[in-house]
Amino acid sequence: MVAIRPRLAWQRTTVRELIEETPRVRSLVLDAPGWQGHSAGQHLDVRLTAEDGYQAERSYSIASAPVEPHVTITVERLDDGEVSPYLTDELHPGDELELRGPIGGWFTWRPTEGGPLLLVAGGSGIVPLMAMIRQKAALRSPVPVRLLYSSRAYEEIIFREELDRLAAEVGELTVEHTLTRSQPEGWSGYNRRIDRAMLEEFTWAAEERPLTFVCGPTPLVESVATLCVEMGYAPERVKTERFGPTGGAV
Amino acid sequence: MSDPFVSRGFQGRRQRAEAAQRLPPGQYLVEGFPVLSAGPTPRTPLDRWDFTIVGEIDQPRRWTWDEFQQLPHETITKDIHCVTKWSKLDTTWRGVSLDTLLKDVTTSADYVLAFSDGGYTTNLPLEDVTGGKAWIVHEYEGAPLAPEHGGPARLLVPHLYFWKSAKWVRGLRLLAHDEPGFWESLGYNNYGDPWKEQRYAGD
Repeated sequence: MVAIRPRLAWQRTTVRELIEETPRVRSLVLDAPGWQGHSAGQHLDVRLTAEDGYQAERSYSIASAPVEPHVTITVERLDDGEVSPYLTDELHPGDELELRGPIGGWFTWRPTEGGPLLLVAGGSGIVPLMAMIRQKAALRSPVPVRLLYSSRAYEEIIFREELDRLAAEVGELTVEHTLTRSQPEGWSGYNRRIDRAMLEEFTWAAEERPLTFVCGPTPLVESVATLCVEMGYAPERVKTERFGPTGGAV
Repeated sequence: MSDPFVSRGFQGRRQRAEAAQRLPPGQYLVEGFPVLSAGPTPRTPLDRWDFTIVGEIDQPRRWTWDEFQQLPHETITKDIHCVTKWSKLDTTWRGVSLDTLLKDVTTSADYVLAFSDGGYTTNLPLEDVTGGKAWIVHEYEGAPLAPEHGGPARLLVPHLYFWKSAKWVRGLRLLAHDEPGFWESLGYNNYGDPWKEQRYAGD
């Protein structure tokens, strides 16, 4: 039987705070009194309405942990985008924003589902994975988590300081970066696209039956998910989500 | 809501009237071909590929890849609409109509569940895949369908949101009763008409 579910209604929220994560990426912290809660990894729909009634909708991953009091989305500015430049450049604290959600029941993780977790992100693909990391940290979940995060350059690492701090403070959380285009002087981390050697060095052995979440541009997701299967990971425990119109190179 | 909502300072980008008419509510045009899948891309060699029709049927049907290629083919040009909001106009595919595959089938079924390599499923009313509305396609824009887009073959049901056009499809199960598929069990709409914006459960 098909369960009857109530329609996800559009709700008005208020921008509480804007956080500049990188030159191209902003987090929008929202007061959403009607929010019914979400699971880490889910997304929501944003709808913008012009004065003449013209509307545009887009989906954004939720960056905040379910236990946090406010809903946060983290948005990368696409230069030729219709919606993201409005969200990153035009919105001020106090402005209203319409949204509905949460959406998506596959690319989600609850600490009770266990692990160990392998999280692999490219660029703004970190956002839904950050919700999982924040949830683990907030609940002091003992589930071991490893994050492998590919960015083009050091300045483009989203949530860099928070990830550094969590990796130092939270038990059973390991964070490793790779920078594919440019590296700061003295960089000791990886400096190439994610490949099999990197995955084998950093990730879990197949025997540990990791639960894997991969999010980023299509070429990265295709490549990493295929490598995971070649390494013996169970395909049904490799969950993917793709970002960007056609996928850039990260 | 009392007063109509306006996003302060939002201008938006209007499409030309011709394109705008072909865009369902909440959709925007893309030129590329985004890839969306829930897991790793399965890779089935063509000599192990087959397409089957099972379930509520007088006699199960099965075609190997070579047998499938001998069936009458059609070239289809349609607009496609993904639930994640992108639409793409005038996409061209080549494959076999489900009318051809179901031609001599005797069934009391009202529903089908399409099933794919990798475990993906999606459900549809039988009347939505007959009468020139659905195909099994294996070419896109004149070339073999790429694995990340569902090759070797995918279902094409362009009048519904594109998650109904199952990638890596391997067969249909004919059912007397409706049975939700993968996304339909995970919060997405059971039917998925883009013109009614039936994205999620309850829409």
